[in-house]
Amino acid sequence: MYKIDIEHLTKYYGDNLVLDDVNLKVADHEVVCLIGSSGSGKSTLLRCVNDLVPFNDGNIKLDGISIHNSEFDVKDLYKRIGIVFQAYNLFPHMTVIDNITLAPKKVHSRTKAESEAHGKELLSLFGLNGFSESYPEQLSGGQQQRVALVRAMANKPDILLLDEVTAALDPELIGDVLSVIKDLRKQGMTMLIVTHEMGFARDVADRVCFLDGGKILEEAPPEDLFSKPKNPRTRQFLQRIIESGRL
Amino acid sequence: MILKRPALPRRAGRTLSARDKYGPAVISVSTVLIVVFVIRSVIVSSSQWPRIKNQFFNLDVIIEVFPKVLHGFGINMAVWGVALVVIAIWALILAVFRSLTGPWFAPLKVFSIVYIDLLRGLPSLLLVLLFGFGMPALQIPGLPKSSLFWGSLAMISSYSAYAAEVYRSGIESVHTGQHLAAKALGLSQFQTLFYCILPQAIRNVFPSLLNLAVALQKDVALLSVLGVRDAVREAQIYTARTFNYSPLIAAAALFLVATIPLARLTDYITKKDRERRLQGAP
Repeated sequence: MYKIDIEHLTKYYGDNLVLDDVNLKVADHEVVCLIGSSGSGKSTLLRCVNDLVPFNDGNIKLDGISIHNSEFDVKDLYKRIGIVFQAYNLFPHMTVIDNITLAPKKVHSRTKAESEAHGKELLSLFGLNGFSESYPEQLSGGQQQRVALVRAMANKPDILLLDEVTAALDPELIGDVLSVIKDLRKQGMTMLIVTHEMGFARDVADRVCFLDGGKILEEAPPEDLFSKPKNPRTRQFLQRIIESGRL
Repeated sequence: MILKRPALPRRAGRTLSARDKYGPAVISVSTVLIVVFVIRSVIVSSSQWPRIKNQFFNLDVIIEVFPKVLHGFGINMAVWGVALVVIAIWALILAVFRSLTGPWFAPLKVFSIVYIDLLRGLPSLLLVLLFGFGMPALQIPGLPKSSLFWGSLAMISSYSAYAAEVYRSGIESVHTGQHLAAKALGLSQFQTLFYCILPQAIRNVFPSLLNLAVALQKDVALLSVLGVRDAVREAQIYTARTFNYSPLIAAAALFLVATIPLARLTDYITKKDRERRLQGAP
């Protein structure tokens, strides 16, 4: 049984076909990176997995149960899947600790003390000791993104979706966030990662999928996909990345 | 060689002379004073001035009616204060109704749209007359008969429609990423609104809401048409008897004393709000 099983996923924005019969299986503790140019459907695919955007056709199963099945508790979906966005999307009017403990308190009915203790533990694990009473705007981009990761982790999910989490960061700050993600991998977190950092994808992924025009054109372990891509479109994409010096 | 940090911050160019420092202030103050003086002397020297002064600025009359006008003004301010609280809450409820999505909430949404369209489209004066004279005339048992009550309700209904639209613009100004983040954390539609969206929305539109409060502060005088003995009514009663308009000037002065500080406060808060947003911008 797969942790995430995406079958025949099809999605239109208006008349625009953004996901064209996508099939993707992610095993427990596996890290899968989605690469591809802008508009290839990577982020949409990610958002379909935790039902943030509705899809037109296909099915998404978690541990073998469809997320639209009546057996499936919707609350459970958000508990089991954490997502982190490119623009962090922290709540600007709340302190770091309030951002982190909001969902545990209000959605999962944990006590304030319990969720704050867990939140602070995560913060120190992510190198953010002493920031719990700060407001997001007082932090650097890299710190904000790590807070967003902690917030996603505070629900104790077993799947993390990362949507270009380093795209809005200064090059200097990217390292901090990526090393945190590598730590999560070591702890066995199942992750589906949309990224433009090819070096990072090569380091962290068990499998890399290249998306183009809403389809997964190629799917292989990183060493194979980056060194001997089979699909001409993949080769072209990687060639451009190499030319721009990003691999 | 170790460069020593200068003790004083470096000034660009030469130091400012006293003339540079105080010149602009002296010039603005003196020109304003001169203009005021000229206008005043033109007015005072005109042949009509004594009559105007007697009709509008008669100190004896003002002193005579002031206690009554002040008492009336107390009613204005009391209505204003109560109305502010009720409007702040009722308009927020309307705005929340209007922003709800999902088929089950359709009736609430439609109610809110119809309410806002109707009450924003009608003149406040018409509503005050309709409620203030119409409702007590029905003599429905159990309902209050006071025109003060119904008139206030008319003002509240009307201003709530405006305030609801201000709230709504605030709700819509919150970035969609915030909705996404809240949904992804598992928060329900109402939890998202109350914990994530509304606090940001209210903060964004607070200056606009204060502006409405200033407008309402003067508009409560509309209740005088119902015979409510507010500041305007008290002044009018005296004026109708003596054909001297000084009491209205006294009432006007009271309104200005109340509205100008509030308007300044609004300016100040708007300025702070703009600074906060510029600071928050990446």
